[in-house]
Amino acid sequence: MTKDLIITKINEFLVEEFEVESGKIVPDANMRETLDLDSLDYVDLVVVIESNFGFKVVGEDFINIHTFQDFYDYCYQKVSQKDAA
Amino acid sequence: MGIWSCLGDNLEAVKKSLYEGKSGIVLDPQRKDWGYRSCLTGKVSTPQLKGVIDRRARIQLSEEAEYAYLSTLEALKNARMEQDWIDKNEVGILFGNDSSAKAVMEAIDIVRAKKDTTLIGSGSIFQSMNCTVTMNLSTIFKLKGINFTVSAACASGSHSIGMAYLMIKWGLQNHIICGGAQEINPYAFGSFDGLSAFSIRQDDPTKASRPFDRDRDGLVPSGGSATVILEDYESAVKRGAPILAEIIGYGFSSNGEHISNSSADGQVRSLEMALKDASIGAGEIDYINAHATSTPGGDKAEAIAIDQVFNGSKPLVSSTKSMTGHECWMAGASEIVYSTLMMQNDFVAPNINFENPDEASAKLNITAKAVDKKINTFLSNSFGFGGTNSTLIIKNNTHLQK
Repeated sequence: MTKDLIITKINEFLVEEFEVESGKIVPDANMRETLDLDSLDYVDLVVVIESNFGFKVVGEDFINIHTFQDFYDYCYQKVSQKDAA
Repeated sequence: MGIWSCLGDNLEAVKKSLYEGKSGIVLDPQRKDWGYRSCLTGKVSTPQLKGVIDRRARIQLSEEAEYAYLSTLEALKNARMEQDWIDKNEVGILFGNDSSAKAVMEAIDIVRAKKDTTLIGSGSIFQSMNCTVTMNLSTIFKLKGINFTVSAACASGSHSIGMAYLMIKWGLQNHIICGGAQEINPYAFGSFDGLSAFSIRQDDPTKASRPFDRDRDGLVPSGGSATVILEDYESAVKRGAPILAEIIGYGFSSNGEHISNSSADGQVRSLEMALKDASIGAGEIDYINAHATSTPGGDKAEAIAIDQVFNGSKPLVSSTKSMTGHECWMAGASEIVYSTLMMQNDFVAPNINFENPDEASAKLNITAKAVDKKINTFLSNSFGFGGTNSTLIIKNNTHLQK
């Protein structure tokens, strides 16, 4: 899966599942603040990642994800590892 | 009051259905694939809440909590109880609900397939608990008063109103949102269908629910939500609220007998307690909204109980379940809404499909047609598995007008 496709899918599910305006999703924006995520929302983020990309996020991984770009990079890395396996 | 039922999505539509004797029963072919003995069910509109309430609130709502949100929205509007006012006052909630099977089953299906509880998602726990309605609505409407769910099988909705009545009567609360909600999906009714309790008159769905009729063969499951808002008189007047009626009596009892069979003796005790609490005689009841669900044994027991308590006065009797089917946890509340609509509009709704009485129902004054009649006081029965009985007596608002 290309990185562009991953970014497109992420943006689509964030708009659909988290009801954020697409214009607010910019790479350098803070993801938690933009999506107004609380602890319950992170559970739903795990669910949509699993259903879209087939891997399970462990909670600690979110510690290093601040911006949307961090999130894109993280998902791309995980999907690539999965595809290579 | 507010309503979301198979007779309509609002009070006006439901009033029309009640007067016209319109059935809300359909055949759901999907149930055949599920192994149901009967595919008959009440059919309610599917709520569309995306864009109406925010995502966090919405994903926590079970099916019955969605219905309850909508019936409560209508009730609050009609009661002229706006959010600004709620924010400054202690408003409670007591709702009847006794299952949330769909939410539970969907969560279990995910765990079985994925072997991972995190993948259930965050909304499920708040959908799955019996108190799904009260926990969600108290959060959405930011309520600060009493907050719990009444689980009493098919008397849940009635007892919730009875509990709210007592809390207000005893001065513990001034304003309580109460009612009953019932999910209506195949997960919810499989075990009930398994008891062969449902009508199998599937060739003619609108004729299947026929309480008190000699040829009844079982109930038809149904659902939705009904909300009534109770207030103490002084608060309602001070607030300028439209006062629809007064609850003047609440009776209850437990049969202390079989888990699923009805008991006329237990029901008589509930009826007599309600009349005593209301300080009125049986002759002052103009209309009885019977619990009668269309089962052979249950209707017979209720007919015997009503005849024993009302022998001589013969008030008009009908079971609106002939049109709605059995709304189970919701029924005790919805039937207060239906009967209050009748009282406001001077008619008694028909017990449709009542064509031939049996020996017990022949002793009652059951009407198969809508009757134009002024109702001063009505009585509503609700009975449930485990032998729980609840009776409410409601008086019209003419004595309360200023």
